[in-house]
Amino acid sequence: MGNRTVIPFGPQHPVLPEPIHLDLVLEDETVLEAVPRIGYIHRGLEKLVEKKDFQQYTYVAERICGICSFMHGMGYCMAIESIMDVKVPERAEFLRTIWAELSRMHSHLLWLGLLADAFGFESLFMHSWRLREQVLDIFEETTGGRIIFSVCEIGGVRKDVSPETLNKISGILLSMEKELKELAKVFLNDSSVKYRTRGIGVLSKQAAFDLGAVGPMAKASGINMDLRTQGYAAYSKLQFEPIVETDGDSYARTSVRLREIFQSIDLIKQAVSIIPEGEIRVKVTGNPNGEYFTRVEQPRGEVIYYVKANGSKFLDRFRVRTPTFANVPALLETLKGCALADIPILILTIDPCISCTER
Amino acid sequence: MSILSMSKILFKSILHGPYTVLYPIRKKENYEHTRGRVDITVSDCIFCGLCQRRCPTGAIRVDKAGSTWSIERLQCIQCNYCGEVCPKKCLKMGNQYTSPSFGNVRDDYTNARVSDNTENH
Ligand code: SF4
Ligand code: SF4
Repeated sequence: MGNRTVIPFGPQHPVLPEPIHLDLVLEDETVLEAVPRIGYIHRGLEKLVEKKDFQQYTYVAERICGICSFMHGMGYCMAIESIMDVKVPERAEFLRTIWAELSRMHSHLLWLGLLADAFGFESLFMHSWRLREQVLDIFEETTGGRIIFSVCEIGGVRKDVSPETLNKISGILLSMEKELKELAKVFLNDSSVKYRTRGIGVLSKQAAFDLGAVGPMAKASGINMDLRTQGYAAYSKLQFEPIVETDGDSYARTSVRLREIFQSIDLIKQAVSIIPEGEIRVKVTGNPNGEYFTRVEQPRGEVIYYVKANGSKFLDRFRVRTPTFANVPALLETLKGCALADIPILILTIDPCISCTER
Repeated sequence: MSILSMSKILFKSILHGPYTVLYPIRKKENYEHTRGRVDITVSDCIFCGLCQRRCPTGAIRVDKAGSTWSIERLQCIQCNYCGEVCPKKCLKMGNQYTSPSFGNVRDDYTNARVSDNTENH
């Protein structure tokens, strides 16, 4: 038995701009155990429901995280709408779906760039982010914001998108798809990339299930779990199959996310082709009274919102269970037995979002 | 196994030239709907204070007595909630950003016409 050493990872580490701390117990170069510590950027957003009324809180909810901002806003609005029995117009449901899928693309492209950066492939990183920039431009044109859109509101959406713009989006996605295919080849076929991801951090199906992994982490281990199949927003009217891989290693997780980008492009195309005309918002009056759980599939996996309202304009309780929080136990499992040099990549492959986790 | 899979993309990218814009020589055009900053047509404002009550960050101060509407630019999160609740529709989201600054920027708008009227009474 070699000497045991404890090496701190983070809270600031070049691979991740967000603070998470891990105490790594090493024997020589092999990790025996990782002890996480979170809580560096807790902002008390859940407590804020006591100070901001339920309408204002829409804008707080989407600021939980900068990457899934739209889906946080949407999930919160869906919960309140269910409590208040508001029927959202169909066009609004479709627009929400389009923005949600674009968010997924932008999140996964961001992650692919970060992964490339983590194994030192800088040009691949730049090209992933170059493609992501086109998605951000679509956001800016349609919603007014690049990261935080403020378009989702209780009862629908605040901005309509004209048919010309929708067609333009399809055109941009078509050209992006071609470039993405070339980029995907590098991520999936290049031998130097494969050397860093193949067989690294294997999470078995049983372990993923037992540890409650969600999103691409679970899908890469062979668990067919995608909440979009529940049919919220307009997903019930679109055709798609959840993407599942069986290897459970970093390569499988990369592959799941890459394939999800193509799936998102396909879903947006479908939505654009069948989006109905009509209203985009209904007027909401009164205050919510009751409680509700919403589940939404974010780029990183399942997120749960719990809302408890008491009939006044301030909510009693708002709770978010974010996907990264659910994936931390699975991350610790994959870290066991890995080499010290693989740690940045393994931490990245759960696509951690610490802002979400700590709210 | 391939080791030169990136070469096609790189070659294209060399021929294409930079994808970025050389700021400040060339500036990026904002879109029509870009949420830059809140603009007010103060002559239409009736100083009802609705925007102040609804603003999620408390960036707006409305002084009815002094007929002044003011906004803390750096506190505003560009959500445009104020613009939606304003009964006179005098707030709108312009597509130019507030310029960067070192300190807090507070803009005050006073409705001169209303003050004149008070004097005439
Ligand atoms: S809501 Fe409109 S009219 Fe009322 S104070 Fe604000 S800007 Fe003026
Ligand atoms: S845009 Fe939003 S944050 Fe800014 S002043 Fe209006 S309501 Fe307040």
